[in-house]
Amino acid sequence: MIFYLFAILTVAPAFVAVFHPNILYAALSLFISFFGVAGLYLLLAADFVAATQVLLYVGGILILLLFAVMLSPKIYSPTFQESQKRYIVPSILGVFILSIIVFSIFKTNWNVTLVEGIFPHTVSRIGNLFLTDYLLPFELASILLLAALIGAILLARSSEDEHQ
Amino acid sequence: MLQDIFQYWPVLQTFPFWVWSTLSVLALLFLFVFPFAGVAVYVERKIAGDIQARIGPNVVGPYGILQWIADALKLLLKEDIIPKKADRKLFIFAPMIIFMSGAASFAVIPFSENLILANLNIGIFYLIAITSLVSMGVIISGWASNNKWSLLGGLRAAAQVVSFEIPVALSLMTAALALGSLNMVDLVNAQAGMKWGIFHNPFMLILAFVYYISALAEVNRTPFDIPEAESELVSGYNTEYSGMRFAIFFLIEYADAFVICAVSTTIFLGGWHLPFLNYAHIPPFLHIPLQVTIFMTKACFLLVVMMWIRWTLPRYRVDQLMKLCWEVLVPFAFICLLGTALWMVLFQGKGFIELLGGLF
Amino acid sequence: MFLEYTTIFIFLIVGIAMVPLMLLIGKILRPHAPDDKKTSTYECGEIPLGSSWIQFNLRFYVIAFLFLIFDVEVAFMFPVASIFKQWTQAGFGQGWLAFIEVAIFVGILLVGFAYAWHKGDLNWVRPKKKE
Repeated sequence: MIFYLFAILTVAPAFVAVFHPNILYAALSLFISFFGVAGLYLLLAADFVAATQVLLYVGGILILLLFAVMLSPKIYSPTFQESQKRYIVPSILGVFILSIIVFSIFKTNWNVTLVEGIFPHTVSRIGNLFLTDYLLPFELASILLLAALIGAILLARSSEDEHQ
Repeated sequence: MLQDIFQYWPVLQTFPFWVWSTLSVLALLFLFVFPFAGVAVYVERKIAGDIQARIGPNVVGPYGILQWIADALKLLLKEDIIPKKADRKLFIFAPMIIFMSGAASFAVIPFSENLILANLNIGIFYLIAITSLVSMGVIISGWASNNKWSLLGGLRAAAQVVSFEIPVALSLMTAALALGSLNMVDLVNAQAGMKWGIFHNPFMLILAFVYYISALAEVNRTPFDIPEAESELVSGYNTEYSGMRFAIFFLIEYADAFVICAVSTTIFLGGWHLPFLNYAHIPPFLHIPLQVTIFMTKACFLLVVMMWIRWTLPRYRVDQLMKLCWEVLVPFAFICLLGTALWMVLFQGKGFIELLGGLF
Repeated sequence: MFLEYTTIFIFLIVGIAMVPLMLLIGKILRPHAPDDKKTSTYECGEIPLGSSWIQFNLRFYVIAFLFLIFDVEVAFMFPVASIFKQWTQAGFGQGWLAFIEVAIFVGILLVGFAYAWHKGDLNWVRPKKKE
């Protein structure tokens, strides 16, 4: 029952985010949606991932999104001229992705039972795995972050040179 | 905590868990947070008066003690003006986010070994995640007022909160590294006796100050209160809020200040442990009052230091602030992180006090 | 442990519900007389001119981006931090292994940070380039 609550909390704001004409409301409904996802993580007994979700998505990506939305002057004319042609390709793509997801849902073996009362200490397990089995992804993540950092700084600098 | 209470008095289990949970949350909010914030305002004004060589409030009640009740009533009874051009829904939504994040950070404060509302395995991390919601609320409140000064103030405040979150998160992570857990109660118990976090190694000493300064900047307090200073941007993102809505911002600022002091106490000052106090020798029924007293004394001491700093130092300019964060605090935090990790490896995770104790 | 998170969830709900509650209590008690001048935007007493949007300022975005990168790094480092002490106490080699891994991770990001610092992107006010 709680699962359905969190599921609705995740999906309904996602619909609002896609269809609402005002960009700011769309971004804020993402806020609610991210909390729904965090709740779903909690239901899977992944407390660290849930907190990371809140920290990074809400506290980081959404802030970035809000900065971008608020610093652009187009927010006052949030009308999108949408032609009929523009609906065809995205909807085909959407149906394609949806079918892949539905297919994978039906193919998965959902035979997972969470024993009540036993909550694994996820953080230390993740930490151990980071230092042993998944060391390469751990270090690669830092290289990825470095690439993102330098890329963003270069982009920001070039666009600033254009403005000035 | 609630499970322990259920063990003492099984009769309470006639009501479902969430009833008692809600009651304890409401009790914490109404019996602790609100009165504490009010008294903190009073104490701040008295301290401000002492530092500025004048008497603080002394009209309402003996020594002006009831001043904060008068202020709270005044704010409650003021008219709630929502500007015509303001975005109504967002105007109402913004204080909700800030209040939610401020209140929810009280859930993991370890007042005592058994008196912590939610003893999460990821206590410290949860705290960082929840306090990062404040910046969202600040941006939305700045935007919703439909006032270019509020918007600019909100964005600058959000940039300030967001950039000082990095030294805060780094220092908390280094403290978790040194003390070996993310659980708040385990963090305190790792500092039993004299093995306080701040004496663990010289890097932790620097880190305590880095944390304190960055956390001060994160709640827009003391010399870093550019977003809400009266001579700048007319109170920034708070400008259009009147009456009770303003009271919410104000309350959460003091509540957040207390949370910072409490977290500093937990991690750096040993929580409820004193140097030569062994809790095994004390009868169990005295544990909770003693621990709460010691914890609150340390936290309130840090709060008074915070107020002292506020009324002593002049305000930082915005670019000086950002320079302080990115060019001073973040490098220091990184150096302390690597230094603490190196110390841990060299001395097998033992702190300075433990090594000294091992010598004798 | 689920019970703890139920408490957290209740905390969040109470936090959200508290605000309308406090305002409701006030609504019964306070006056409500909206006036044209009262509900107009505040601009130090002057009549507000122009729409309320501000010039695009890139530095906000760069700061938010830097924050996001370091935030992800912190999120990665936290599980390692919680296990570090155990690794140092487990054996001599394991401690050094953990330290080197952490040092590589942090070091790569410090390189990026040093680059950003050197190129002057950490300045709030970008100095006008003379060259």
